[in-house]
Amino acid sequence: MKTQSRQRFASITGVALVGVLALSGCGSDNNPAAPAAGNGAVNAADCPTGTLNGEGSSAQKNAIEQAISDFQATCSDATINYNPTGSGAGIKQFIAGQVNFAGSDSALKDEAKPGSTSIEQADADKTCGSPAWNLPMVTGPIAVGYNVKGVDKLILTPAVTAKIFSGAITTWNDAAIAAINPGATLPAEAIKVFFRSDESGTTENFTKYLHAAAAADWAADPAKKWSGKGEGKEKSAGVANAVKSTEGGITYAEWSYAKDNKLGIAQIDNGAGPVELTGEAVGKAVAVATQAGSGNNIKLQLDYATKEAGAYPILLVTYEIVCSKAKDPAKATLVKEFLNSFAAADEQKKLQDIGYAPLPSAVQTKVTSAIGALS
Amino acid sequence: MKGRVPAGTGRLGDRIFGGTAKGAGLLVIAIVTLIAGFLMSQALPSLAKDKVNFLTSTQWNVDGSPLQFGIANLLWVTVLSSVIAMLIAVPFGIGVALFITQYAPAWLSRTAATLVDLLAAVPSIVYGLWGLQVFGPHMGGIQKFLVTYLGWFPLFKPSGIGAASTILTVGVVLSIMVLPIITALSREVFAQTPVANKDAALALGATRWEMIRTAVLPFGKPGVISASMLGLGRALGETVAVMIILSALADGSAWSWSVFHGGETFASKIANNAAEFDSPQKAGAFLAAGLVLFLLTFVVNSIARIVINRSKALSE
Repeated sequence: MKTQSRQRFASITGVALVGVLALSGCGSDNNPAAPAAGNGAVNAADCPTGTLNGEGSSAQKNAIEQAISDFQATCSDATINYNPTGSGAGIKQFIAGQVNFAGSDSALKDEAKPGSTSIEQADADKTCGSPAWNLPMVTGPIAVGYNVKGVDKLILTPAVTAKIFSGAITTWNDAAIAAINPGATLPAEAIKVFFRSDESGTTENFTKYLHAAAAADWAADPAKKWSGKGEGKEKSAGVANAVKSTEGGITYAEWSYAKDNKLGIAQIDNGAGPVELTGEAVGKAVAVATQAGSGNNIKLQLDYATKEAGAYPILLVTYEIVCSKAKDPAKATLVKEFLNSFAAADEQKKLQDIGYAPLPSAVQTKVTSAIGALS
Repeated sequence: MKGRVPAGTGRLGDRIFGGTAKGAGLLVIAIVTLIAGFLMSQALPSLAKDKVNFLTSTQWNVDGSPLQFGIANLLWVTVLSSVIAMLIAVPFGIGVALFITQYAPAWLSRTAATLVDLLAAVPSIVYGLWGLQVFGPHMGGIQKFLVTYLGWFPLFKPSGIGAASTILTVGVVLSIMVLPIITALSREVFAQTPVANKDAALALGATRWEMIRTAVLPFGKPGVISASMLGLGRALGETVAVMIILSALADGSAWSWSVFHGGETFASKIANNAAEFDSPQKAGAFLAAGLVLFLLTFVVNSIARIVINRSKALSE
């Protein structure tokens, strides 16, 4: 009987130990940069309360998490939840009325998809009972990341990029690459292309760039599904990781992933000289975009083939899709204040540290005035 | 006095328990039927519109208007990775179960059993990350060996995919995931071998291995087959680990029988694209693939049941 009680004591102690260790692991692990005092446009005095639910693009996940944490630091009674399930899922949930706003890498479409009769913009307008507005909020540069020993600087033109990603150029020391990179010692190894095996807005925007800027070498229509060659990996983390561990690898991924994995980032020469990927360069590309959408529905038509000097052309813009007249009037103020804080110049500048580019001032003014018109 | 409760005058406890058991059984059957019904109702409209042969085509265009999708590639990769997993896991699982029940001293068998059960507690995503980053690179040596000596055989033809992301690597990681299921069930069955059978074999002069071969294994055969079928079900349906480890192939890649190639399984393809199901037609195409997986598992399990019932009939 003594052994039985000893055993029982030992097992209780064991459970307690495990419990202590497990509970000590609790605590928030998501610690974005600590918010600075006096940021954004929200005064602690007029903080709204309530909960907002958003869903959608994973490309803007880091940016919106930073914005949420900054907003909640000033307004502790407000809770904002964002679920990065993908642009398609976000729009679907918004049209179904399940979320207050959606994040999407492409604005609501005005034509029906083949095989169905529903039009995204029309459906969203119906759900809202008022026009649904697309507000560009986060500019995500898409970096062409590579891992080639001994090559610190790589210049790519749209044509050469298209040929690499479609499998027409297969080795790093190909004449076409050497011609635009005088002075670089390119090894004679195979190019290993990695693409996104899951459907993604990043793929869509990258293929939009290739189709617009190098139509002769990239005939396929832009789509969320990859139409070139290579090996597919899951999500940006998967492709960036794969390039980091494969000699001779190349891929397209959001800037933050390329930076985190310390991949080489190619300079893009759209016809006006090689442009290094910086926040300003991306801002210049957004600044030359035209607005395809009326009034406060700011759907940007990016010019991927732009020959603007110093503009980095490969980017995606993530929109926050909201009802212009909030269905739930209690949430109207919360939506407005949150979006205002997100679009504020300080917040946008902070996003640059985590791999995004701030909205150029012209666009930012339009977005702020649209937010002001929300009700 | 026999003391048997006459049928029809069942006491309340009997009736409640019998009813609950029947209800539970009917509920499970209903759930499976409803799932099958859901898959069929979503998949059939897309299947009807499919312009190419569903079972033999390797195309997958579900966005545009000529709807063309076929599962040949998916079927091959799923079957191949699961077969590799079973070929490794079943012998190992039986071996570990025999060790735990027949060979190990009591203190070691308890520890070993707990450790093997812990393998089942590891989340699939951890297996995926481990397989890709830690285990995968070590497959390079095995791949080189097999390619050098057996590269002429279509199953071992080399491809350009990195060693950490091939069907073979996925199969091996799946076998580790499936091992605890097979071991746990097999050791329960082996532990219940009638002591009389074992003693009789030993009394007739059999060695330990001969006793196991004649008394334990035949008795445990139905249980081991059941365990393997459960393991196979897990291997066929494993999603996250496959998504992380296996490299997907670009559209239009040439068909290859090789285990060193990449691809997608049914489960990983559906999971990769689930967030972007924006039309019923597209969702239907993917659910048709899910339906094939469902039917495949159903067929394999039915064959296993028949085998078990046959061997039970023979041994009685």
